[in-house]
Amino acid sequence: MIPPSFAYRAPASLKEALALIDESGDDAKFLAGGHSLLPMMKFRVSEPAVLIDLGGVPELQGIREAGDRIHIGPMSTENEIIGSALLQQKCPLLPEVARWIADPQVRNRGTIGGDVAHGDPANDHPAVMLALEADFVLRSSQGERVVPANEFYFGTYFTAMEANEVLAEIRVPVLGPGTGYAYKKLKRKTGDFAIAAACVLLTLDRGICKRIAITLTNVGPTPLRASAAEQALTGKAIDDAAVENAAQLAMQICDPAEDLRGDKEYKTHMAGEMVRRAIRQALERAKEAK
Amino acid sequence: MGILEDQQARIDQLGGIGCGRKRKEDARFIQGKGNYVDDVKLPGMLHADFVRSPYGHARIKSIDTSKALALPGVRAVLTAKDLAPLKLHWMPTLAGDVQAVLADEKVGFQYQEVAFVVADDRYIAADAVDLVKVEYEELPSITDPFHSMDPDAPVIRPDLDGKDTGAHGKRKHYNHIFTWEVGDKAETDRVFETAPVTVKEQIWYPRNHGMPLETCGSVASFDKVNGELKVWVTSQAPHVVRTVVSLLSGLDESKVHVVAPDIGGGFGVKVGVYPGYVCSIVASIVLGKPVKWIEDRVEHLAATAFGRDYHMTGELAADADGRIQAARFYVLADHGAFDSCADPTKWPAGFFNICTGSYDIKAAHVTVDGVYTNKTPGGVSYRCSFRVTEGSYVIERMIDVLAQKMGLDKAEIRLRNFIKPEQFPYQSALGWEYDSGSYEAGLRKVMEVCDYAALRREQEEKRKRGELMGIGLSTFTEIVGAGPTKICDILGVGMFDSCEIRIHPTGSAIARFGTKDQGQSHRTTYAQILATEVGIPSESIMIEEGDTDTAPYGLGTYGSRSTPTAGAAAARAGRKIRAKAQKIAAHLLEVAEDDLEWDIDRFVVKGVPDQAKTMKEIAWAAYNRTPPGLEPGLEAVEYYDPPNMTYPSGAYLCVVDIDRHTGEVKVRRFYALDDCGTRINPMVIDGQIHGGLTEAFAVAMGQELPYDKAGNLLGASLLDYFVPTAVETPRYETDFTVTPSPHHPIGAKGVGESPHVGGVSAFSNAVIDAFAHAGVTHLNMPYKSSTVWKTIHTLNLDQRA
Ligand SMILES: Cc1cc2nc3c(=O)[nH]c(=O)nc-3n(C[C@H](O)[C@H](O)[C@H](O)COP(=O)(O)OP(=O)(O)OC[C@H]3O[C@@H](n4cnc5c(N)ncnc54)[C@H](O)[C@@H]3O)c2cc1C
Repeated sequence: MIPPSFAYRAPASLKEALALIDESGDDAKFLAGGHSLLPMMKFRVSEPAVLIDLGGVPELQGIREAGDRIHIGPMSTENEIIGSALLQQKCPLLPEVARWIADPQVRNRGTIGGDVAHGDPANDHPAVMLALEADFVLRSSQGERVVPANEFYFGTYFTAMEANEVLAEIRVPVLGPGTGYAYKKLKRKTGDFAIAAACVLLTLDRGICKRIAITLTNVGPTPLRASAAEQALTGKAIDDAAVENAAQLAMQICDPAEDLRGDKEYKTHMAGEMVRRAIRQALERAKEAK
Repeated sequence: MGILEDQQARIDQLGGIGCGRKRKEDARFIQGKGNYVDDVKLPGMLHADFVRSPYGHARIKSIDTSKALALPGVRAVLTAKDLAPLKLHWMPTLAGDVQAVLADEKVGFQYQEVAFVVADDRYIAADAVDLVKVEYEELPSITDPFHSMDPDAPVIRPDLDGKDTGAHGKRKHYNHIFTWEVGDKAETDRVFETAPVTVKEQIWYPRNHGMPLETCGSVASFDKVNGELKVWVTSQAPHVVRTVVSLLSGLDESKVHVVAPDIGGGFGVKVGVYPGYVCSIVASIVLGKPVKWIEDRVEHLAATAFGRDYHMTGELAADADGRIQAARFYVLADHGAFDSCADPTKWPAGFFNICTGSYDIKAAHVTVDGVYTNKTPGGVSYRCSFRVTEGSYVIERMIDVLAQKMGLDKAEIRLRNFIKPEQFPYQSALGWEYDSGSYEAGLRKVMEVCDYAALRREQEEKRKRGELMGIGLSTFTEIVGAGPTKICDILGVGMFDSCEIRIHPTGSAIARFGTKDQGQSHRTTYAQILATEVGIPSESIMIEEGDTDTAPYGLGTYGSRSTPTAGAAAARAGRKIRAKAQKIAAHLLEVAEDDLEWDIDRFVVKGVPDQAKTMKEIAWAAYNRTPPGLEPGLEAVEYYDPPNMTYPSGAYLCVVDIDRHTGEVKVRRFYALDDCGTRINPMVIDGQIHGGLTEAFAVAMGQELPYDKAGNLLGASLLDYFVPTAVETPRYETDFTVTPSPHHPIGAKGVGESPHVGGVSAFSNAVIDAFAHAGVTHLNMPYKSSTVWKTIHTLNLDQRA
């Protein structure tokens, strides 16, 4: 539980942070809230020689509305996400998800940027980002590129981000008034990761499902998008049989890692169950909004 | 003010037995002012860390410490080779076995201690651990105790080669430790042959671990000039540690100073002596500097004493009315690679033979086989060091199994089998003499308050709708307060305990004990006992424990023994004080001793209430006006050897609802009625009950330390090991009956372990009861949602409408 020694740098601007990562090379890591990185360092699973603390970089803070999008600074903590009046109004899914993450202590330090950038399939935000069709703005000293969340995750701890890039902004859509949303997470206890979780976003048009996104947490090496389930529901009335069908289709794409929380069969079934519950809640919310 | 009001006011002012005053310990802890072993910082102190085995079973081919020693700031790297000349590479265990302090040529469990690195700071020590190169040759591991005694099983303990007899008799196999038998086998077998009804069930109580706030650790400081050794250590039994250290080191016991400061909970994990303690002491002696060793949480879970791991076969024989005629139990006990249990010497399976429970069972027999496996040694923790939990669990499960087989209600079968109040003192078939109990009254009260009949009706209706609801009962009897020195000793030291009290001239007092508080609230409750006995307010009585230089010798705190032993010593030391005080009062009042009677906080001349001397006045006089022939001062010492154990009991009821589609178990209601005899402080008792029930909840619902076939310990960190938070923890309702122990000076029994011992059965019985209609008679713990769901799914109970 004791990390090897490392150098600590605390840049005061994004430019400085990017210059530092360039000069430090592959052995450097950005430090956000530290609640994924530091435990890994204490177990000596990750042994960066240099930590570049993003805590003092003003460009990475703040949550702003920009037309029909909301731009979220990656250094926003989970508690800031929960407390954001803007998000509560325009993208209430995110504060709801943040409440499911860890415990109040972790949420005081852990950031939404760290949560999506880490590439841990157990983290909750990534699947939500897929459902929201968020965009990630990646910055390096060479410039900026925008990667859709749906093209960001390659494998466990393996994302589209290069070692010299920083996640500079997260862009999510403002959710229209009729949008139903839900995040259903099965977890063992407060502060625990998901055994399985499902995110659902949907809009209805006279009782017919116009658009739906169904994504899954912690049942594969990356967050999963249940495209077949989405297609099966799009353009249909969502009745019990349709929900069941979607759950079964979602289960088919699951490939969870076995651990003490459950084997593949259990976790797969729980993903299905979370899909059922999330669709039902999203549906209710969509109807209420009318 | 009338006489009665006046007396009540004086009683209230004493804050004695029965008052629910707040814990004296809390102010420090909630302000972060506790002083734990890891808080001890000494000038020039060095820091230590272990190189541990990555394998469950392996031969050590070589250890190369050169790179580690070359790291600046590293002072020493100890291996078995370094300890061998001192004969300290092995140490005796409390169970009559030996245990490697540092692995001697081979390792027998994953995380076993292989080398001890000492460095200038904790960081350098951790870096140096990575630089010690150990070459292993992996051997096949035994992780299933049912294969320990296979004819071709790997040899776990070559050091025992040729030793056919262990500390507890003949060994059947090289991986066998002991066989322990108790009860009348022939008679039991005979009853089973003819009984109208018999049931049998395989019940595993999985391996688990206590979770104290502070992990284990020690700071050893050897003073070369005076040849004295001081050790701060996370021990529940500091006096025993001092004796062991003296025996191992050859230092005079008077030159060994052991202190257990705040240790953040123990739960049995901190009864034994660990390699880390020994190594820090050796390192301090060798280097002449203080050496601190504190394990981290993973090491704590992986390398210090586990609890349970009993594979039990329970059998009951009953007549046609469900009256139990005989009980038969076989246990295969998984002890890990060394037998380092901490039971009293003559009890290799502790007091497991309490397993006839609260029931009048005339014939019983128990066999326990202890075997080695390639797992961490222990079998001590938690919150019941002496296998009472296992024994209580197996009978509380079996009586449910019997009820189910006979179609009897689970409360009814208990009522039919309880030992009746008039049967006490009750001789159990397995050798105990139960002191007192009111089992039926307790259960009836619980059934009434919770409307048991209505719960069963609700369950019936829910079942018709396919919903899963379970009702669990546990009507347990514990055995605590070890114990009478004629049957209980540790390393040959009898298991008495002690109190030494000194009343100061101005009427306040200090009392010291051989026990060691780790959350049991001794500062609060011992003072209350003394307040009532000597008539000095509990607020004015300081309680001290844990420093072997100042406290009288005692065997420590575990097994709910403090109140039954040291609490009794307190009462009796108090009575000695009072006897002397009476002499002084008689002298002051110029009457005969017999003319005086005790009145709350003073001696009064019989029939002349205004002629009295308060204890405060007597205390002053004890230092200047003692009667001729009586020595000055007001002190007393009591070493109390209990005549018997005490037998706390309880009736618990638990109601659970199970989510059929996720397997999640929700505890809807938990009602805990305890009978611990005289209640010293109801608030403290409630606190003990809440804590113990929460542990029981954790054990039943999620705690486990499984191994894979290769001997890897899975889940030894808080990422996996289940420690519930306040959010998951059920709400508890507590209640009580009072059946005093007839042999204890104030009638008190221990209570610390009851909620854990009784709680596990209640949670477990509730979950299994939810499946009773599907023919399920037993499910092994823990009831993680995944395993519960698997049961539901296999039984097709998750069909959707
Ligand atoms: C007890 C516990 C329980 C938890 N439970 C949950 C849970 O239920 N759900 C959940 O989702 N998470 C959970 N977490 C993880 C937690 O949310 C972390 O805070 C989060 O995963 C990482 O965010 P961070 O700000 O702490 O990032 P850090 O740990 O500082 O960084 C994580 C990784 O992301 C990189 N990184 C961070 N920010 C940037 C950036 N702007 N640009 C580029 N790279 C960056 C870092 O270099 C590092 O590799 C839990 C953590 C703990 C300790």
